[in-house]
This record gives sequence, structure tokens and C-alpha cells, in this order.
Amino acid sequence: MSEKQLIESRLDPEAAVVDEICAAGEPWVKLVMQGQVFRIVDLGGNQAVDTLFYSASRATERYSATNTICRQQMLYLTTGSMLYSNCGNVMLTIVADTCGRHDTLGGACAAESNTVRYGLDKFPMHSCRDNFLHALAHDPVCEHLGMSKRDLPSNINFFMNVPVTAEGGLEFVDGLSAPGKYVEMKAEMDVVVLISNCPQLNNPCNAYNPTPIRLLVWDDPTV
Amino acid sequence: MNQPHELLWDQYIPGGCHWSGILRRGLTLRLTDVTGDANAAILFFNSEEKLERYNMADTLKSQHTFRLTKGHACHSDMGRIFCCITEDTAGWHDTACGVSDSSLIREKYGMTRFQEQRNEMFRSGLDGMLIELGKWGLGMRDLVPNINFFSKVTADASGMLTFHSGNSKAGDYVDLSFEMDTLMILSAAPHPLDPAKSYRPGAISLAALTTPPSAVSECTRITENMRALQNTERLYGSNGGAA
Repeated sequence: MSEKQLIESRLDPEAAVVDEICAAGEPWVKLVMQGQVFRIVDLGGNQAVDTLFYSASRATERYSATNTICRQQMLYLTTGSMLYSNCGNVMLTIVADTCGRHDTLGGACAAESNTVRYGLDKFPMHSCRDNFLHALAHDPVCEHLGMSKRDLPSNINFFMNVPVTAEGGLEFVDGLSAPGKYVEMKAEMDVVVLISNCPQLNNPCNAYNPTPIRLLVWDDPTV
Repeated sequence: MNQPHELLWDQYIPGGCHWSGILRRGLTLRLTDVTGDANAAILFFNSEEKLERYNMADTLKSQHTFRLTKGHACHSDMGRIFCCITEDTAGWHDTACGVSDSSLIREKYGMTRFQEQRNEMFRSGLDGMLIELGKWGLGMRDLVPNINFFSKVTADASGMLTFHSGNSKAGDYVDLSFEMDTLMILSAAPHPLDPAKSYRPGAISLAALTTPPSAVSECTRITENMRALQNTERLYGSNGGAA
């Protein structure tokens, strides 16, 4: 799981049990069972896909950025990376990746952080946290788990490139992604996937143009 | 160096132990690494509304930094600043590695129990945080990525992390000048990447001081911090400055 493990998948989209499009700026929630394989396709290129994972049986166990970073001593995600929970369990393993690097540090945009980063007048603009909160308010899976704002930890940004320098600098730079690039992961436990397909219009990292993503799920290919 | 400030209270935290408390706007908390190689895992919450909490991503993005040091601020997830780092003799504080848990401590250092070791038992960072969070009605759901004061972790071009032993020397300190009434949660257990063979986390001393005027001026060199301080002022009225 060193630098940019570009691995293609052999799975056929025709055989997927879920094949959906999530429009730019929309949330998406799905239950993915242990053994199933989940793919996110960056249809337009350099789209930020803000993603969180929860144990399907209890939302207190969720993706942990710090455990994922610290236990692998690696800031970026690619093929072979394991996504750890706050309880130290592997939730998913990345099994294919044609992009090569995904961000663990940048978190989600929010109305409030937009005022800090871009200007106090940016408060009304749509944001990832609004998407997450919308999903928590409406989605029956989230409702069943009793989730609220407390349950929004630091997320993964699939397809985003946020390099850190040896001196400790950090920047959002142009992505390594392109139209059709994808990342695929195998669920190691039953998980709820919570996505915000990022609506950020102030950051050049997506060419100021949020685009749709495609989401596929396959049943366990080894069964 | 700022002018000497008035000491309000102090508190000694033995290595491995934990603490929490309310730090009010206008107060500067000096954390001192007493013997060197301490690690202070810390989280901040708005004491009035504990749903508002320290946010690693917003802190890093707003200041284009992976490390924290003097001139940086600790941002909340609501676009405000809990505190500004107004002095720092260690130079690098880790933002991304989280805390050790009990299984990691057991694997690295062995099994201990209160029954045999009494208060020399090996405590984990996670358990210390959860105990302190529990005192305020908080718990696992509130345990977001924390700051590890006094610990240095760098990343190479591939993203591989390296822990730097000896980043902090005996007597090194960091000053946090609070802009919000803040609940601070602290665990002084070892950093999860510390390669030390034995369990000997350093002690931390806390000293609460009055904040001298203009202490936060270095933080306001970052435009994003100016805007976050404006948001913070809205919460407390229009008096401006650090109380």
C-alpha cells in the first residue's frame, strides 16, 4: 500500500446489484453487506466524494480518520488501504483504484467553514455538511441508527489530492482523477455508506464544477 | 515573548493520566512538558453547546498546515476559534494520529492492572479521553480527531508517516489563549506511534494565566483566522479582542 497502487477491477457493471447515479450536490445512503464490493466512479473527473462509513448495527462504531492514518502510518488511500473504525476494526479494504490517491485530512465543507475559508458572505451556499444533515433527517437507515450531528466525524474525500509537505504544509491541489476513474472497496463488515457528492463552488480543485458520480455494489464475488 | 502574566491556578498531570475542565475566554493555558517527551492528546468543545467541537479538517484547511505551532489557531466545526497558539517552544504538534487504545498499550508495553500496579498502571489515550468525556455527558460519538501536543509526526512525498522522538524537551511549553468558553479534554498517555519500548509518558503541568493584550496578533496574520475570530465575536458580543 505504498504510493499510487493503480489496480483495475474485473467486476462487470452488468452484474452489479446496485447501479445508481448521484447528482452533484446530493447526499446518498446505502447499506453494503460484508463481502459485497462497492465502487464509486468519478464520472466528470476531480469530483470530491465526501464519504463516511458506520457499522450497520450501531452507529457509534464508524470510520476513523486517525485510526486509518495511524495504523497504516500513511496519509493517503489507494489499493490495499484498510479503512479502520474508531473501535480498531477494519470496515472496508480498497481492492481496486484507477485514481491512485484519496484524501483523509480535508474533511467536509460546511456553511460555517465556508465563511472562514472563502468569505463571510458564503454562508448560504450549499455544502457537504448540509447534505449529511439532510440525509440524517430523512434517510430511514440513518433514522434507524439514531444518528445526529454528533455522528459526523472526519470523512474521506475520494478523488481529492491534498498533499502534505515534509515541512508540514498542506494544500488542496489539482486532482489526479479524471472522467471514469474509480475506487472499489470490499466491505469487511455490514456498513452504512453516507456520501455527500460535494457541491463546493469556491475551490479550484474541482474546476469549480461539481459533477455526478456513479455508485455500484456487487454481491460477494467469491461466493 | 509576551509580558509575564498573572498565574490564576496550576495543575500537575502525571504521565498517562487525564484531565478535563472549563477554560474561559480571556484565559491562557500554558502546557509544559515537565520531563521531555510528553504527549498531550487534547480535544476542545464549546462549553455552552458541546455539539460544537474541535475540527481537525477545518483547522488544517483554513491555515494550509499539517502541523500546529505558534501563530496557528484551533478551529471549531462552526467556523469559530477555541484558542490561538500564542507561544510554543516545541515547534510542532501532531494533528492526525489520534490516541492509543488499550489493546495497543497492552501489545507494546504489556499487561498491567490496578490490583498489582496501583496508580502506576498503564493507561491508554482512548480510555483517558472517554473517562473525561463521560464526566460531561459526552462519549465515543464525540471523540473526533484530536491534537497531540508535543508530538511531531512528518509525512514524506508518498504520505508515509515518521514519528520524531525528542521533539519536545524538558521545560518546553505551549500557550493556548482562549477566545471561547471551552471544555478541554486531555489525556497524557503515550502517542500511538511513539516507539519507546517502556511505558514512561511524560508529565504535563497546566498553568492558567491571564491573556496579555495583543497576544493573538500573530494568529490574525492568517486571513482565515481573522474571519473565524469575527464569527467568534458574534457569539460573545461586540467588545472585540480577548476579553
